[in-house]
Amino acid sequence: MIIAAVPGFPGNQTSLNPVGPGAGRIEGEFALIFWITAIVYCLVLIALIVYVARRRHSMSDIPEPMPTTPQSDRWAKVAVSGAMVVTVLLLFTMMIGSFVTGHALGNMNRQTAYTIDVYAHQWWWEVQYPNDEPYKTVVTANEIHVPLGVQLRIHGTSRDVIHSFWAPNVQGKRDLMPGYDTDVMMQIDQPGRWRGQCAEYCGEQHAHMSFYMVAEPNHQFQQWLEQQAQSSIAPSTPQTVHGQQVFLSHACVMCHTIRGTPAGSRVGPDLTHLASRATIAAGLLPNTIGNLGGWILNAQALKPGCSMPPNQMTGSDLQDLLAYLGTLK
Amino acid sequence: MKSLIAIAGLLCVCAFAGCKREQRVFDPGSSGSQPANGVALNEVHAGGPIQVPDQGPYEESAYAVGEGKRLFSAFNCVGCHNHGGGGIGPALMDAKWIYGSHPQQIYSSIVQGRPDGMPSFAGKIPDYQVWELVAYVRSMSGQLPTDVAPGRSDEIQVKKAEQAKKKEHPPDETPQKIQKGQP
Repeated sequence: MIIAAVPGFPGNQTSLNPVGPGAGRIEGEFALIFWITAIVYCLVLIALIVYVARRRHSMSDIPEPMPTTPQSDRWAKVAVSGAMVVTVLLLFTMMIGSFVTGHALGNMNRQTAYTIDVYAHQWWWEVQYPNDEPYKTVVTANEIHVPLGVQLRIHGTSRDVIHSFWAPNVQGKRDLMPGYDTDVMMQIDQPGRWRGQCAEYCGEQHAHMSFYMVAEPNHQFQQWLEQQAQSSIAPSTPQTVHGQQVFLSHACVMCHTIRGTPAGSRVGPDLTHLASRATIAAGLLPNTIGNLGGWILNAQALKPGCSMPPNQMTGSDLQDLLAYLGTLK
Repeated sequence: MKSLIAIAGLLCVCAFAGCKREQRVFDPGSSGSQPANGVALNEVHAGGPIQVPDQGPYEESAYAVGEGKRLFSAFNCVGCHNHGGGGIGPALMDAKWIYGSHPQQIYSSIVQGRPDGMPSFAGKIPDYQVWELVAYVRSMSGQLPTDVAPGRSDEIQVKKAEQAKKKEHPPDETPQKIQKGQP
């Protein structure tokens, strides 16, 4: 715990390893409260041990109560009042620190921030990058790519029940309410994949509702954004052509979008660039061909209660479908 | 004393019966997750009898009906039927049924489609989800027990919840009085 309180403690999905100014302030406040309470706790215990040791007696030799004198009374008064004053001062220090932290988090610059829309669903995250030219709007899921060192505004709401957006390395929690839009400002200064998770119990699969914030240099981010704004790649081999037909003629098309095909439903995640994402099912499994196949055949065995139904198809249909989904970079 | 034991026994039975509505079956098994492809309205069928899909316990499960309500929006049934009041498609909360009010009949309306606008969803929706939709559609006109029907909506309330809907009596389910003096 003491090691954990040292700033710069490594780790992902921990607020003790801040990679942005928001989490940095929260970590500072945590360290302040931690060290004050830890030191006070140790001092009180030391005082207790010292006085117990000093006035130690055996059971057969029970001492008389300590005689009080006017002088000892005065000492006791001074000691108790002093401890009280110190306690109040320390409590105020923590409270003022908390105010300052909250104020600083609330006052992060809102003018020039880069806006990303986040919609929480049971149990996944829909991410949109709005653009003045609507056809360039990027829609993806569970992976939030962001430019390094740029002020971000996460504009979020929920599509069903109350969720909470929390990437501990980046910023504090923010509840996402259905029917109510909220903004949370953040910034990431260290490149990497920072894991976050829903922080408000939202149903059976609350624990499997995670996301990644992928921080990368601005030019790399712009490249990614441009690539994501494109339509899906048209299938080129007979196998992938058939895979696309399988997608369009099965239940997949009822819920998923693949831009550039007739599939356009907005119930489930957008799959236009599925193969460019590292995980499936909101961070549940790595995006490998085996995991994806298992997920398509029986998602209910992997994430019981989620909206993805079990799908029955022949082995060759599934292979072709997987081959097609694998091309959606 | 005997009556007390009887009442206690009855309460136990009621408690167990009540549990069923909360039972959640996430994985319907291989038969339920087949894509729905049709239903025979009777056993006489050219080329031998075809199997009538199992209706299952969906009309007794509050979870299944709730899922049906979610799917009713997700699959855009609301686009034409609105939230039961009808618009482009017929209303679903009254006693009028053009193609029948029985679960199997509603099932076939969804799977086969109907003239003048109702598309066929054959091969697109797993069997068990069609039954969930059927159960929800029937709850709209108060055909399900009130403890199973959804108690509230996620969107702005413009009508009473399905739970509070007075039961409608479709003519094909209720015997009609024969009016005298009619040819």
